[in-house]
Amino acid sequence: MADVSPRTDTSTDADTEDKNLRNALSHGTIASDGSDKSRDQKTLRRLAQNREAARKSRLRKKVYVQQLESSRMKLTQLEQELQRARQQGIFISSSGEQAQSMGGNGALAFDVEYARWLEEHNRRVNELRGAVNSHAGDGELRIIVDGILAHYDDIFRIKGDAAKADVFHILSGMWKTPAERCFLWLGGFRSSELLKLLINQLEPLTEQQLMSINNLQQSSQQAEDALSQGMEALQQSLAETLAASLGPSTSTANVGNYMGQMAMAMGKLGTLEGFIRQADNLRQQTLQRMHSILTTRQSARALLAINDYFSRLRALSSLWLARPRE
Amino acid sequence: MDRVRDLASKRAAVIFTKSSCCMCHSIKALFYELGASPAVHELDQDAKGREMECALRALGCNPTVPAVFIGGRYVGSAKDVISLHVDGSLKQKLIDAKAIWF
Repeated sequence: MADVSPRTDTSTDADTEDKNLRNALSHGTIASDGSDKSRDQKTLRRLAQNREAARKSRLRKKVYVQQLESSRMKLTQLEQELQRARQQGIFISSSGEQAQSMGGNGALAFDVEYARWLEEHNRRVNELRGAVNSHAGDGELRIIVDGILAHYDDIFRIKGDAAKADVFHILSGMWKTPAERCFLWLGGFRSSELLKLLINQLEPLTEQQLMSINNLQQSSQQAEDALSQGMEALQQSLAETLAASLGPSTSTANVGNYMGQMAMAMGKLGTLEGFIRQADNLRQQTLQRMHSILTTRQSARALLAINDYFSRLRALSSLWLARPRE
Repeated sequence: MDRVRDLASKRAAVIFTKSSCCMCHSIKALFYELGASPAVHELDQDAKGREMECALRALGCNPTVPAVFIGGRYVGSAKDVISLHVDGSLKQKLIDAKAIWF
């Protein structure tokens, strides 16, 4: 049996143990004939796996610490902004309440949360870019990619809550930059358009993958069209309801009618939130499905391409806002 | 529930709606786009509409309309239908139930 020192902690002693084993082998304290060779190979493999696990663990820890530090910085920044805003007389509910009910400040609270999410998203994408450029292994890429996708789930959940509080703010797209608003569809991006611009970026794709991505693009487009048609029906129905309450006379019957029509119109407005929810559901499902069709490396490239595209849109917005005017 | 099951079994694709529901309009549009001809039953135009709505709620459909059945089986609400369409299973279910051919 190989004579190795007792282990107490895999992550730190893996290297020591490995060194011991190699020393033992070279000094002849372990017989390196046929019968022990497979056992040594198994041990070497196990040590290699331990090293890999230790490395991954160190990487995860590094990422976690980075996230903590950036969160801390962001928190300080936000506290300062809050302080400034309070001084300017803008009413902002205390931090304890904000999580529960956004009330009249739903729009502002959402904008802040979105900005925070976007910053974290960009940080993660930069990490991914670094990993891809340094030719990281699939395992490492997968961790980062899965993290980004899970992080997308966060913003969809936040948007859902915000839509309950203030559906028109989400629909307005005022929380996005001007150029992004150009392409706004039901409070967000069009998955079908995103897939169209990705298809060229993702080559080489297998035939199966190409077919699946094309099908996905077609399906998301069909779903988008269906939701758009529902929205048009909603608009038309709303218009008809409001027009029905128009009338020349001001009899009591007409007043009663007016109230009734208003109540109906209110009901219709209430269904807007459902459309945003389904639109976001479509975006979420499309991202997940895309990820399942692609390899880890392809998903990584896709996420980088998507980020590049939106970064350009945001940069365009900045240029537009800073353009010289007569 | 009986009436729901009965109506659901009469056609390959069946959608329960309400005349005022615009999300129902979306799901109907999707089915037409796929070439399916779903049977559409408006709960607010049916004498037993209330009971049927309760039955759909009991099935877990929330909101109760639109409620989609394919091949007599309950598929789900708008969210479920969209999710199934994204991963390709909606089309397959329609083909299996012979609601569409390709």
